[in-house]
Amino acid sequence: MVDQKLRATIITGRTIDQGVGKELGKGSQEYFDSAAVCFMDKVDMIKLGLRNGANVQVTSKYGSVVVKARKFPRGSMPGMVFIPCGLWANAVCGDDTFSMGMPMFKGFPVDVEPAPDQTVLTLNELLKKEFGKGM
Amino acid sequence: MTTELKSIVCPICGCLCDDLEVTVEDNKIVKMKNGCAVCEAKMVHGYNSEERILKPMIRKDGTLVPVSMDEAVHKAAQILADAKYPLLFGWSSSTSEAQRVGVELAEELGSALDNCCSVCHGPSVMATQEIGIPTCTLGQIRHRADLIVYWACNPWASHPRHVERYTNFSEGRFEKSEWKEYIQKIKATSGKKKLAAAARQSHFMKYQPPPRPQTCVVDAPPQTIQKMGRKMIVFDVRKTMTAEAADYFVQVEPNKDYEIIQALRCLVNDQELDVDKVGGVPVEYLKEVADALVNCEFGVIFFGLGLTASAGRFRNIEIAIALTRDLNKKTKFVISPMRGHFNVTGANVVFAWQTGYPYALDFSQGYPQYNPGENTAIDVLRRGDNDATLVISADPGAHFPKAAVQNMMKHPLITINPDWNAISRLGDVVFPTQWCGIEYEGTAYRMDHVPIVLRKVVEPPQGVLNDEELLTRILAEVRKIKAEKAAAAPPKTKCAAKVEAN
Ligand code: SF4
Repeated sequence: MVDQKLRATIITGRTIDQGVGKELGKGSQEYFDSAAVCFMDKVDMIKLGLRNGANVQVTSKYGSVVVKARKFPRGSMPGMVFIPCGLWANAVCGDDTFSMGMPMFKGFPVDVEPAPDQTVLTLNELLKKEFGKGM
Repeated sequence: MTTELKSIVCPICGCLCDDLEVTVEDNKIVKMKNGCAVCEAKMVHGYNSEERILKPMIRKDGTLVPVSMDEAVHKAAQILADAKYPLLFGWSSSTSEAQRVGVELAEELGSALDNCCSVCHGPSVMATQEIGIPTCTLGQIRHRADLIVYWACNPWASHPRHVERYTNFSEGRFEKSEWKEYIQKIKATSGKKKLAAAARQSHFMKYQPPPRPQTCVVDAPPQTIQKMGRKMIVFDVRKTMTAEAADYFVQVEPNKDYEIIQALRCLVNDQELDVDKVGGVPVEYLKEVADALVNCEFGVIFFGLGLTASAGRFRNIEIAIALTRDLNKKTKFVISPMRGHFNVTGANVVFAWQTGYPYALDFSQGYPQYNPGENTAIDVLRRGDNDATLVISADPGAHFPKAAVQNMMKHPLITINPDWNAISRLGDVVFPTQWCGIEYEGTAYRMDHVPIVLRKVVEPPQGVLNDEELLTRILAEVRKIKAEKAAAAPPKTKCAAKVEAN
């Protein structure tokens, strides 16, 4: 039986591909390919009936974003998803700082569901959608 | 003409690698040696790509239009001088010389002033102020440390040469490199994979894949955890490349670092725990880790955003420093944050020697006030206190939560960045600037507080100023506008002057 939705803990952080992508330019294809993704455990992907590269919608209390699901290549981390730092990750991160200045980048709950009919927005499209501005 | 330059400093991450070899042909970097993939992406391709900003721009009717530098400087100064409480944010990818001018500008404007540390190692700074920090330089670690702990950080991705230059894979004067063992380990793993693949294809053997674990599993510590000489232990919530290279990887449940560090403190202090597991890790495994920590000759804990951004925030760092302090009763131990941008440490240092405080500053009363959680950029933005923003050498557009940026967009935004990152794309006044460490030289502080001079490699594009020159011009223009305003204001009555003086 394929599940409709996965309740998971999200972690955002760096990957080497995201690092290379951001240095090549935030508008580059490399940045888009490396940052608009969500790494998931293989077991969770099977539960949701997802193939590598399928579109998923990640939703938190703070927002929602569509990214590509990728199988996490090392070890197991069921119930946890990882989105590299960037605009797509920040669409779901919260601005609560617990009086310490540090927002919610890691360790809060999100829902992940397959989104075959939705597209992953590019940097410019996402800027326009979230902030109504852009180049 | 081709020039070969040696000992160039990399202007990307807190490692500030100073051994790059760069080939310049016709004022372009064409080749580079020694840098990591991220460094090569910037130094050879990114710095000169079509993403580069070459002209100042002002947003007119929703579109960014190129203007002269004078017009842009005037417009920016006007926005800042008209604002009651602007926010000046960024600074971590700029030189310390520019950061110094930034503090002067903030004081002149009576603004909020913050650097990127508030969304990375701000909690580490707070914890250090609470209980101090036993630390040392990366050089000492390279030559002497025999136990390296990476806690909630992944240098393989964020500081790609950290392990190679400063810890396990570096050849220290008193500690040997672990490269050979690592390569043997990789060969053994790939050999096992090949055998398994061959077995799968064979008609004679029916290969059964091992059952996949359904939950996070921590393996028992291997023998190597107690070996003599260099060893690496990684604590993280997921298995990273760094974890794969480690002698022992401990998979921690998210937000449970505090509990595990506290448990380790108990074990190091010879106390008993009456639970079986802490944060998903069996106590018997933690006991072996505690033994390894106590039995090393010189240990170091490097920690990253997994500690500063998880539940507990600065309390996690405080307790990690307390563990280091406990360990120093039994052996030699230090602790060091993995600072991200190449000069975010410099921003703390410069702000501190100028104002007494490292970040989260408020000049609205005419003197610096320090209050993280109130004056930090995200807090100012989420309350919507500021009425203009200047962002320099940072990209909060891509690295701040959406809600904070949405509030930033309600007021004029000035950006100073060499390329079209997310925040430049959103700017109302957009300045180009030179790449520091590529097109001009300046000072940056490495993650261990060692100042290093970034070198100039190529000439900058014509008409593009560096951060320090640009900020100095904006500051002069702000002062001019304020003087004009003061001169044009009606003379104050005696009573009003008295109230102001009070
Ligand atoms: S590790 Fe950091 S400083 Fe060293 S070359 Fe890579 S990006 Fe540059």
